[in-house]
Amino acid sequence: MQGLEIKNLTVKVAGKKVVDGMNLCVPAGEVHAIMGPNGTGKSSLSKAIAGHPNYPVESGEILLNGESLVGLSPDEISRKGFFLAFQYPVEIPGVSIANFIRACLNARLPEGQEVNAPEFYRQLREKMVELKMDPKFTSRSVNEGFSGGEKKRCDILQMLMLNPSFAMLDEIDSGLDIDALRIVSESVNKARSHHRGMLLITHYHRLLEYVRPDAVHVMSGGKIVKSGGPELAVELESKGYDWIAG
Amino acid sequence: MSEDKQEQIANLNLDRSTSDFRYAEDYAYDAGVGLNENVVRYISKVKDEPQWILDFRLKALKIFLEKENPTHWASERLDELDYSKIRYYLAKGAKKKKTWEEVPEDVKRTFERLGVPEQERAFLAGVDAQFDSESAYSNMKENLQKDGVIFVDSTEGLKKYPDIFRPWFGKVIAPSDNKFSALNSAVFSGGSFIYVPKGVKVMQPLQAYFRINAESFGQFERTLIIADEGSELMYMEGCTAPKYDTGTLHSAVVELVALKGAKIQYVTVQNWSDNVYNLVTKRGEAAEDAQIRWIDCNIGSGLTMKYPAVVLKGKRARGEVISIALANRGQHQDTGAKMIHLADDTTSNVVSKSVSISDGRASYRGLVYIPGNVKNCRNNTVCDALLVNENSRTDTYPAIECSGENNSVQHEASVSKLSAEQIFYMRQRGLSETEAMSLSVNGFVNDLIKEFPMEYSVELKRLIELEMEGSVG
Repeated sequence: MQGLEIKNLTVKVAGKKVVDGMNLCVPAGEVHAIMGPNGTGKSSLSKAIAGHPNYPVESGEILLNGESLVGLSPDEISRKGFFLAFQYPVEIPGVSIANFIRACLNARLPEGQEVNAPEFYRQLREKMVELKMDPKFTSRSVNEGFSGGEKKRCDILQMLMLNPSFAMLDEIDSGLDIDALRIVSESVNKARSHHRGMLLITHYHRLLEYVRPDAVHVMSGGKIVKSGGPELAVELESKGYDWIAG
Repeated sequence: MSEDKQEQIANLNLDRSTSDFRYAEDYAYDAGVGLNENVVRYISKVKDEPQWILDFRLKALKIFLEKENPTHWASERLDELDYSKIRYYLAKGAKKKKTWEEVPEDVKRTFERLGVPEQERAFLAGVDAQFDSESAYSNMKENLQKDGVIFVDSTEGLKKYPDIFRPWFGKVIAPSDNKFSALNSAVFSGGSFIYVPKGVKVMQPLQAYFRINAESFGQFERTLIIADEGSELMYMEGCTAPKYDTGTLHSAVVELVALKGAKIQYVTVQNWSDNVYNLVTKRGEAAEDAQIRWIDCNIGSGLTMKYPAVVLKGKRARGEVISIALANRGQHQDTGAKMIHLADDTTSNVVSKSVSISDGRASYRGLVYIPGNVKNCRNNTVCDALLVNENSRTDTYPAIECSGENNSVQHEASVSKLSAEQIFYMRQRGLSETEAMSLSVNGFVNDLIKEFPMEYSVELKRLIELEMEGSVG
């Protein structure tokens, strides 16, 4: 299947199951949202899929376009087409955004080959205009001294440039004011395509007003406890999580 | 698109994989193994030196033999260095050449493999290429000769230009300064003598390339640079050697004199193989309104001890040390800076960044001296260390003495560990662990790499990438 499939996945951190027998399927072309209270394993799930060494898969399967990601290194998983926008994007002092993204693109090419530089800069500028980022940001160090909103935009910029087949966006709406949320949402919407699946992690219905999901899932206790259409997000907004998770 | 332009520039080949080659030894002059008065006399005789230099050498030898290794503060690894097993002078006896065609084939091939003639054509005003004890090639662009710029090796300098050479030689750094300045003063050979006349600004850099070819050899180049009033100069040196089983010694003395309003920038990229002891004394004197900048990068050698100094002798003089050190497996980079403020309104700036990889150790030793009889002096020191692995080590030993009126010293130091979350973030974008680490380390030193001439900064980034290979795990 094209898209992301999670089958009976269990992830343990320090002996504790943070993801516990989870099942989820997000076909290419669809956008799904995972909602749920804090500490229910949403970010742990994202790190486990991305191959973070501290979030080892205990059992179960993670398939991207039919290929297993379990046991692969984080960079292999990335190069297979999985992109994670981080809840807290990390600063990389001294490494400019342009150089960083270029290095990441070069890492996808066969040994000895490099991206065409003029074409790269043209695309980079285009995406930055789209995200309403100051072109001067290309020479700024990745996320260093950025506001919360700038960091999120920088992650989305990377997503647009790396063109993954599946993107998981972890609380992309946190720290964004309403204008920034609109800009980021527009870019995410533009990035929707029938080739690409997306999974949004969010606490708030607000994001889903801009990026309308095909399905909404509620995660609790390390697994999906309820799934539905976009209307589920509205319901959660008014009722809270207790009626499901309890 | 300056970054793409940079990539087209030829490599300077300072990396140890491309520089780890050697040619058969075939020397007409060999001072033998070990050090005594006869060795010193032999060197002086082969070089056909005036008596005053022989006297200078013999006096220095006596000081060297009397001084203990400074192991009461420095690494005890100095005690593993056996002075009786070193060869102090090796030369082919051929005269130094002014065209590469005339240079002996194996020596020429060495420097061609290191890319030296290519760089000379590309961006240098002059080159001196030293092979073991003696300079094999030396040339400078014609316009500089017309301007009266002198760029020769130390032997030619002391013989041909004694009026300029002698008043300054051994004055900035006396033989008795330390054990290694005494050693160098006794057996020195090669290195550059540069004089830039009043008001002459040398726009392109002059470069020296120091190459050790022979095993168990000691290279003792001696450099004296005099920038006359209002003149400007940038000098760059690169150092490599093949890897041998036995230790090799490199012990240079570099004296800089910046007269009133002159500017000297001295750039070093040191990438000796890791069994070379690199024990170097570097000091400059800055007169009124003069500026001296040491831009220093130490990547190679097993033990480096080097603390470039500026003595600020005239009002408003400025001294600067920009320093990058990479200490990889088994290496100890013991580097630092000394700023001696002896006049009013003098300023100094030290920025040091070190990276310790594997069990490598980087130490910063600093001295800032501002006595009570001067006023309005400023020093700013920033010293950042990055530890890559769990067993990496760094130390800082700042010595600050500041008194007097309206003088200030600022010292900031930081130690950070390569962040696992940062590496994960970068790997999530598709970079391998090694690529992520080397990009991260390059980022850490990036602001200092920009201080190097572009040709060197490109090379440095590549050298750092090479160092990071094999540092994973």
